[in-house]
Amino acid sequence: MNPTISLTLTVNGERQALQVEPFETLLTTLRERLRLTAAKRGCNQGVCGACSVLVGGEPARACLSLTANCVDSAITTVEGLSTPLALSPLQAAMVSSGAIQCGFCTPGMLVTLTALLQRCPRPSRDDIRVAVSSNLCRCTGYQKIVDAVIATIERSSV
Amino acid sequence: MSIIHTSVGHSVERLDAAEKASGEAHYVDDLYRPGMLHGIVLGSIHAHARIRGYKLDAARAIPGVAAILTGEDFSCARTGAFCKDEVPLARGKTIYMGEPVAAVAACDIDTARRAANAIEIDYEPLPAVLTIDQALAAGAPLVHEDLSNYVKIAPSFSEGNVLWQCRLEEGKIDSAWSQCDVIVEDEFETAAQHHMYMEPCGALAEIDRGGRVTIWSSCQSVHLVQQRTAEWLSVPMSRIRALAPKIGGGFGAKGGLHVQHLAAALALKTGRPVKMVLSRVEDFEIVRSRHPARIFMKTGAKKDGTLLAREARILLDGGAYADESPTVLSFAVLMARGPYRIAHLRSRGLVVYTNKLKASAFRGFGNPQVTFAGESQIDRIAEVLGIHPVELRLRNAVDAGDRWAGGQTLHACGLRECLTKLHNVVEAAPPLPATAQHRRGIGYSAFAHISGLLSTACNIYLRSDGSLAVNTGVVDIGQGSDTILTQICADALMLTPERVSFAEPDSDSSPWNWKTAASRVTYMAGRVVLAASIEVRDKILHQAAEIMECSAEDVEVRPGGLVGLKGIAGKTVTFGQVASHALARFGGPIMGSSSLLFDGERLDPKRSLLEGFAFGNLGAYIFGAQAVEVDVDDVTGAVRVLRVWSAHDVGRAINPKMVEGQIQGGFVQGLGYALTEEMQWDESGRLTNPTLMDYKVPTALDAPLEINPLIIEHPEPSGPFGAKGVGEPGLIGAAASIANAVAKATGKRMHRLPMTPERVLDALIGEA
Repeated sequence: MNPTISLTLTVNGERQALQVEPFETLLTTLRERLRLTAAKRGCNQGVCGACSVLVGGEPARACLSLTANCVDSAITTVEGLSTPLALSPLQAAMVSSGAIQCGFCTPGMLVTLTALLQRCPRPSRDDIRVAVSSNLCRCTGYQKIVDAVIATIERSSV
Repeated sequence: MSIIHTSVGHSVERLDAAEKASGEAHYVDDLYRPGMLHGIVLGSIHAHARIRGYKLDAARAIPGVAAILTGEDFSCARTGAFCKDEVPLARGKTIYMGEPVAAVAACDIDTARRAANAIEIDYEPLPAVLTIDQALAAGAPLVHEDLSNYVKIAPSFSEGNVLWQCRLEEGKIDSAWSQCDVIVEDEFETAAQHHMYMEPCGALAEIDRGGRVTIWSSCQSVHLVQQRTAEWLSVPMSRIRALAPKIGGGFGAKGGLHVQHLAAALALKTGRPVKMVLSRVEDFEIVRSRHPARIFMKTGAKKDGTLLAREARILLDGGAYADESPTVLSFAVLMARGPYRIAHLRSRGLVVYTNKLKASAFRGFGNPQVTFAGESQIDRIAEVLGIHPVELRLRNAVDAGDRWAGGQTLHACGLRECLTKLHNVVEAAPPLPATAQHRRGIGYSAFAHISGLLSTACNIYLRSDGSLAVNTGVVDIGQGSDTILTQICADALMLTPERVSFAEPDSDSSPWNWKTAASRVTYMAGRVVLAASIEVRDKILHQAAEIMECSAEDVEVRPGGLVGLKGIAGKTVTFGQVASHALARFGGPIMGSSSLLFDGERLDPKRSLLEGFAFGNLGAYIFGAQAVEVDVDDVTGAVRVLRVWSAHDVGRAINPKMVEGQIQGGFVQGLGYALTEEMQWDESGRLTNPTLMDYKVPTALDAPLEINPLIIEHPEPSGPFGAKGVGEPGLIGAAASIANAVAKATGKRMHRLPMTPERVLDALIGEA
């Protein structure tokens, strides 16, 4: 067993006191210690984006982020985007637009696109494609994911 | 009784979408069991080597290591669906680099990895064959020395490194060429594509005190996981229970085993739950790929555009084990004619063993390779004859009533409508603004596929409150079949989908379903769901008539779970009342069941010369046509796909939005196949690009701005509500349409996939 360090992480608004390994990644901490399994291990190399989470409001690859570097930032995972009774408008639009097939990329996509809409509430289709391009999806061909973001914007402006 | 469609034809939201959007959906790696160990595989470091011995003591001595398995721990015979050549872990020798040679279970992944690194294997390297040519060379080293003794399910014409050969002939090909006014001949080459489902393969196995194994895994069939794991562990199938959590895509690769048997064997050896999830690199190295192919093709036509003759010779690289290669080859041979009336056909091929990862089923199943070749030649002929590519295809397109190569009658065929509508839409589309130093072109393809294969079953029962429980054993691998099958049952009984539950597949309780493959679930499982629903409906009517004291002919099902007297508005009983009556007073629980083996025509040896086919019949034929607009950069050779129109005859769209999703997603996977994706092996047999950094799948910016699906509906008489499948076709024509568009844009014909910028630039420079 490797030595561990003590630290406190703020995840989805809750402070968590944890023992982690010094070089433990945020993805391992979230999945193995906190059992927050929405962030997925797709490539463990920072390419696919399935592990995307918000660190201090910015999308980050949890598989490339060291937990020990995240103690000062609020971390948001997909589990923190909805309440048990209601999905976020973007989540609801992903559902209604047919943007979800196997769903393995969905949590990472939602994190990336939630950050996009926070940064830029009315992105163009091209802005959305640029943002989505940081996450891989093998099922949808991306069309309906872009549609879902457009639907979210349209619904919010009604 | 006529059926009023309440949900069929509507884009009902998929049942599991909210669960997936919230992050609550569990895939196999998200499952944890008390006391769980972590398993990993150790891969071979040679492409071909004899294994002289193992030294395991150092690995076993590492604290936290619970068990180590090698090939010597398995006593089973070789197994395989078509040629029994495969072993659970390399035994005696290893035949591709990365092949699992040992498996380790330990308290955590790091410990397991340290132990794997401490295993010493005494290898005696052997010369390897890595290409089709090397495999076929005289005196080539043999991948399977004992091939002639392996059990095969059909005549295989095996010899040397040739695993299987297959041949189909119709008409009089040798004399037909002299009647042709134009003949084109080309050689095409296609690459190994990786499925690259987002979820890497994995399994979690647990045993109970009686030694019975439960396996959760990322799979396309719980029944095949159960069957094949039982074979490899040499235990009865009743000792294995296979379950499927959410599956993060499969595309064919998860139709066979990956590590289920290893997790199960480690669990049996340790008595503890074992989770094994492959890293992305391991997944690239040891699961499956699409067959690399070399295809010689020759097509002849008369001046008026009538296609007269086609000859195809298809060479497939099957890699180290047979797996689905015999059927992929047979299907490629069968599809090489294309969806045209061509009287004279000779299509033949072979698949060889090489010392590489096994090639197997992958969306399209041998068809994308031959469609790339065949559709490229249709465009060449159109160009020589000065006929529009759509017009040439229309002049030769098959129709309902025609026969496919091999003899099966086409009962419904919307190909002509696909081509016509496609052409109209493309002609009407406003042109995109031009860009300097870029060339634009629109290319077409037409294609067919099948929807069907083998067997499947369904049980439905009526619950005491009048809602329904559907159980099919079908694994939804992400495409949405749970929702489609629920819609079919709901519609047959005029209920909303909320009143129908869909059981998670469980090999203990679900009836047999072969697998989620071959664009078959909507068609095959849909048929049994509909038949079982109708049986339930008839029993409900019978019971309701008992309650209402009338004849069953006098009652009818009404929307919302009611049975009423025909012609009388008010008088009804509910499904709940019917169920309660059946449970407590008369008849017992109301159940419906249906089982089906695909019942279409078989290949007809009286009509065609047929040799080496690994299947007897297939399914309902499905059709499509596609147009693609590309932009080719003169300076870099980069091809960008700008717009796509893809027309598909699906018989009947049960859920149009999901049909669109299959078409769009299929196309983009085909775009990767056409332009960027290529697994590459070096001369030592090492896969050089087993990461997403080096193996390029399309991103949102590589995908076209728009992919416009056109849904065409020519009802299939045997299909549920007329439906047939659409899982694969979006991909099948993609490489061909893109190659034809590149040819239109540049005047250059690309013969090799992927059409990388380098290859396109080479072709462009060649024009000087």
